[in-house]
Amino acid sequence: MTAMIDLPEVEPAAQAPQRKNKAGGSLGKYLLIRFFLIFPTILILVTMVFFLMRLTGDPITAALGGRLGPDQLAIRIHQAGYDRPIFVQYFEYLGQMATGNFGRTISDDLPIAGMLASYGTATLELAINSLIVALAIGIPFGMLAASKRDKYQDAILRVLAIAFYATPVFFAGLLLKLVFSIWLGWFPVAGRANTGTEIAMAELSAPTGIYWLDALRSGNMDAFWDIAQHSVLPAVALGLLTAGIFLRLVRTNVIGTLSKDYVEAGRSRGVSEYRLLTKHAYKPALIPIITVMGLQIALLLGGAVLTETTFEWKGLGFQLAHYLTARDFVAVQGIVALLAVIVAITNFIVDVIAALIDPRVRY
Amino acid sequence: METKKSLFARLPIISQLKKSVGLQRGMLIAGIVLTAVFLLTAALAPLISPYGPTQRFNETQAPPSSAHIWGTTAGGYDVFSRTIWGSQTAFLVIVVAVALSIFIGVILGLLSGYIGGWLDRILVVVADAIYAFPTLLLAMVMSIAISQGRSNMWSGIFSAAISITVVFIPQYFRVIRAETIRLKAEPFVESAIVVGASSVRIMARHIYKNATRTLPLIFTLNASEAILTLAGLGFLGFGIEPSSAAEWGYDLNHAQTDAASGIWWTGVFPGAAIVITVLGLTLLGESMNDLNDPRLRGRKRAGRKKNGPTKTEELMDA
Repeated sequence: MTAMIDLPEVEPAAQAPQRKNKAGGSLGKYLLIRFFLIFPTILILVTMVFFLMRLTGDPITAALGGRLGPDQLAIRIHQAGYDRPIFVQYFEYLGQMATGNFGRTISDDLPIAGMLASYGTATLELAINSLIVALAIGIPFGMLAASKRDKYQDAILRVLAIAFYATPVFFAGLLLKLVFSIWLGWFPVAGRANTGTEIAMAELSAPTGIYWLDALRSGNMDAFWDIAQHSVLPAVALGLLTAGIFLRLVRTNVIGTLSKDYVEAGRSRGVSEYRLLTKHAYKPALIPIITVMGLQIALLLGGAVLTETTFEWKGLGFQLAHYLTARDFVAVQGIVALLAVIVAITNFIVDVIAALIDPRVRY
Repeated sequence: METKKSLFARLPIISQLKKSVGLQRGMLIAGIVLTAVFLLTAALAPLISPYGPTQRFNETQAPPSSAHIWGTTAGGYDVFSRTIWGSQTAFLVIVVAVALSIFIGVILGLLSGYIGGWLDRILVVVADAIYAFPTLLLAMVMSIAISQGRSNMWSGIFSAAISITVVFIPQYFRVIRAETIRLKAEPFVESAIVVGASSVRIMARHIYKNATRTLPLIFTLNASEAILTLAGLGFLGFGIEPSSAAEWGYDLNHAQTDAASGIWWTGVFPGAAIVITVLGLTLLGESMNDLNDPRLRGRKRAGRKKNGPTKTEELMDA
């Protein structure tokens, strides 16, 4: 599970000295530097995974070792070019990646790009659903906790937020399944949709891959209802984890802005405490949250692997675990490369937003 | 405030306990108690649990009874014993993982911050790349590369710990590097340079001692994360083999299918063990963090209860 929970406080400090050293550049220059930092991030992760996977042997032996004889293996390895020096293979792989040719999976011989597209949308759907849950819980309750600072409501909410963080997604999922599917029977145990709906979704022309969107577009309300029912438990399991983090962040930031002079000035002029909270303190407190939301994408993706396995939600995380077990390194590299791109681009966008909102961020 | 404190009062947790009031004190004490329970359970596992961690029985998926107070799993393991022994596995992995990542992270952070230049730039970009990537996914890939998926107790503990280490190093690296850069400009470092102390000596003596003050905090927070990562790895099947040691995450993986048929006892207990342990460590780390930060520390308000709420508090209530 990732980190991100407590590092926002560390991060500005870690970056500050760097900023001071650089003489005041323009926004455009900052954005340009930030944009070019996307590439080393992706390159480093892809390189790490490439060499890590190759440490354990060539992909053909790893994936098919038990099933083919040594002679056939040698032929397959030679055909795929895995008997050449590893650096030759590495640069060839980078070249292929640059031209968008990701190759085919070894274990089930699917084109990687297609595999990423179809499972990626499932993960995207899960991420969107859980982000909605997280924001719907985190922001209002975080503001409540801040306005009742050090009172019993604050105490309960803070302990709950830590408890949400302390509960692994798969345990939250297990409890949700036990209570809401087995004992109450309200929601299905697992999956993205019933088989009938899955088939209906696959038959649509030009689907987005996000089931509820597709169902709405095709006006298939039965399918939408079915999909919605399947979405609730995974979204809540993953959303609660992030909700705890949002809650704490909103609380800390709103407490910070509530003690600012302009809020005190408003208070002395008789502005109601509710209005101070919702109009004056709320917006400035949200700026740091945008930054942290970007960092949450990593936590969300990590959590998605666990959520997808818990609820048999066939997305990227579910497939990553599957391909890792099958030792299908080409598929693993493809998935990691995609995730690295997502993470790098999200961080870039977050930095751009932060720089546009707050001039102090630019160096 | 006393001007001179005894050594005992200056110990991390004790000094913070003295600073705390009200809710924060409650959270800190809860954290200390839960963490102590976890440590005691890990230490006394052989005495507490009635059976060994890998002992199997003929009754499978048996509900809680007098012989097996928390029931048995589909594999015939005693849930109570597995849960108790699991704390030991978790403890060992945390210690190895956090010790390794502090060791490497501190060295790299000192070097990068003090020497600067290209070394610094490269290390920062690499650390940021690793830091940005989902911890668990990287740990999964690492564990496959290290253990190739199968492992006995000690190699399992080490491969899980190393997988976690790799993703934690950047966190220590960032903190130590930032502190080092800040300290480098301090007069005491400059005077050491003037006196002619070598770089190694400055890093090892002057900067190291000052830069590592915040580490106990990160340590506690990371320990809880290490447990979650270990459980995540085990849950996905990249952790420690069930026949070599008890591990909560693995047990929860198998409990998922049990849950679908209404068998609750195989999952609820190891899951609760994870939650209690992580909760304890997080409460401990969090409260220490808040108490070290004067802005977040709750203030002692004299006579609050006797004199009733003050003006500002009345406004806050409105």
